[in-house]
Amino acid sequence: MLEIKNLNISFVQGEKEANALRGISLSLKRNEVHSLVGESGSGKTVTSTCIMGLLPTPPGRINSGQIILNNQDLLLLEEKDQRQIRGKEIAMVFQEPARYLNPTLKVGDQITEMLILHLGMSNIEAVDRALEILELVGLDGGKRILDSYPHELSGGMKQRIMIAIAISCNPAFLIADEPTTALDVTLQLQILNLMLSLKNTLDMGILFISHDLRVVHDISDWVSVIYAGRIVESTSRKELFTNPKHPYTRLLLESIPDADKRGQRLQTIPGKVPDAENIPGGCAFHTRCPIAEDICKTDLPETKEVGSDNSGTSHTAACHFIGKQWKN
Amino acid sequence: MELLLFIVRRFLRLVLTILIISTIIFFVIRVIPGDPALVVAGIDASDDDIQAIRVRLGTDVPVGVQYVRWLSDIVRFDFGESMISGASVNKLILERFPLTLTLAVLGIMLGIIVAIPLGVLSAVHRWSFWDYFGMVYSQMGMAIPSFWLGLILLLVFAVKIPLFPLFGSDSLKHLILPAIALGFARAAVILRLTRAAMVEELSREYIITARAKGLTDRMIRYKHALRNAMIAVVTITGIQFGYMLGGAIIVEQVFSLPGLGRLFLYAIYQRDFPLIQGGVVFIAIVFSLVNFAVDILYSVLNPKIRIS
Repeated sequence: MLEIKNLNISFVQGEKEANALRGISLSLKRNEVHSLVGESGSGKTVTSTCIMGLLPTPPGRINSGQIILNNQDLLLLEEKDQRQIRGKEIAMVFQEPARYLNPTLKVGDQITEMLILHLGMSNIEAVDRALEILELVGLDGGKRILDSYPHELSGGMKQRIMIAIAISCNPAFLIADEPTTALDVTLQLQILNLMLSLKNTLDMGILFISHDLRVVHDISDWVSVIYAGRIVESTSRKELFTNPKHPYTRLLLESIPDADKRGQRLQTIPGKVPDAENIPGGCAFHTRCPIAEDICKTDLPETKEVGSDNSGTSHTAACHFIGKQWKN
Repeated sequence: MELLLFIVRRFLRLVLTILIISTIIFFVIRVIPGDPALVVAGIDASDDDIQAIRVRLGTDVPVGVQYVRWLSDIVRFDFGESMISGASVNKLILERFPLTLTLAVLGIMLGIIVAIPLGVLSAVHRWSFWDYFGMVYSQMGMAIPSFWLGLILLLVFAVKIPLFPLFGSDSLKHLILPAIALGFARAAVILRLTRAAMVEELSREYIITARAKGLTDRMIRYKHALRNAMIAVVTITGIQFGYMLGGAIIVEQVFSLPGLGRLFLYAIYQRDFPLIQGGVVFIAIVFSLVNFAVDILYSVLNPKIRIS
């Protein structure tokens, strides 16, 4: 299990301080897809960067929190020991494979270098293993693919290579930062299916970072909604999509375009995510919230259990007025 | 196969470039006001003398004929004879070329040995001692004129501390100081570019991937970033090298070296038209060849370029 506890991160530049994460807690089990959903600027990428130990400090500053893997706090590890975790225990897939692959190295080298470094394989062993991995990510063409440069492959193939690199050392956890956003819809579906099947075959936990609720709906077991550096709601996929509690989540769900809503005006949430430098006091969402009252401007709502069903599924949300209705 | 095709294409382009340059040179020289024969002959020459010089220069026939002759001369690499010494232009150039080539090679080696490692070091350890050292060096390199540096080098390392000979060009030792004077400024340019290219590459997304893979800093810098940074560095180094191959007029003058630069300088003083023409075409050919070599090296480093 990978556990993030009360992570609080700022970016400090001169006198200015931007509070990027304000106490994020989430846990990721093996063989589970946990989605982290939110608008741009809400802190999704900071969370993943920090888990990978890639947060540049400065300007980043970890004020508090723990990231626990195998009973050790990754934040306390030396750089050298963190490197043993990166790629080997926790791997990452990025949004735009074309930019995140090295343009001048053959994709084979980009896969095998990890196997050689982390698993101590010889060159020949690593190539054999790389060929197996290619099959696993659904790329046939074997040696020819290994000998290609990224620009010789299509967008979908590049993303499969990105995934091949990530899973090459059999990591327990995979962080996927908007892995399908740069792809067209048919490819999106293929890549999502691939990730789900890899999750099962490799018994891998996936932290799936996205702003696209439809994709999240298709892939997740568990969903956490993040707003201005805090998780405002967290529960199982089914519970979140059928019984959302936080007004932000409810508005997000209403803003999904849907064939049933044809002819209606597409819902949007007015305003935008506040800058990390100027997060409003109290509940950060009160500036955009249709049910906000005075208390929301002053008091930060606690994260509490709000589950209504008796199945025992945890459902937490942070709002003063859970369940309060509003007129559209 | 892809690479071979690329090389053939680039070679055809090289031939075309030389053809265009030769044409430009031909017409530029014809456009310059004044009849070269008059310049050569002087004020007191008789019409017959001038006509004889025109025949010798080949300017007595129509321009079209001259142009065809000019092209066929270039194809045969024959630029006629020097009007001053009577020796063939080819022979004069090829006599001087080894010295210029050696000087340029030494100069560029200095650039590569000093500038590339220092540039990489500056980029990797930004705002460290090496970075400041690199900055000071490149500022000085670009500000100090090569003739001044040459004189100071001679004064210090040939006169005060006689480590190197004062003049002559018989051995490699004679060329060390000139190569330093020549390479110093080139190295500054290469250094700046190497640093900039390396800083840029280190900020690219694929570096984040490399870090997320748990690679060591050494692998990230030298396997991933440097490889990409070298693409720009090779280009600028090639251009600098081509530039030096044209002869370093000032440095050759300071160190009294009989290289191409001095040959062409005197050719211009003496209005030795065949030698000037031949010299310009020669430099153009050499420059194009260097560019051709850079292009090939570039395509080896940057697989993307081959298909474009």
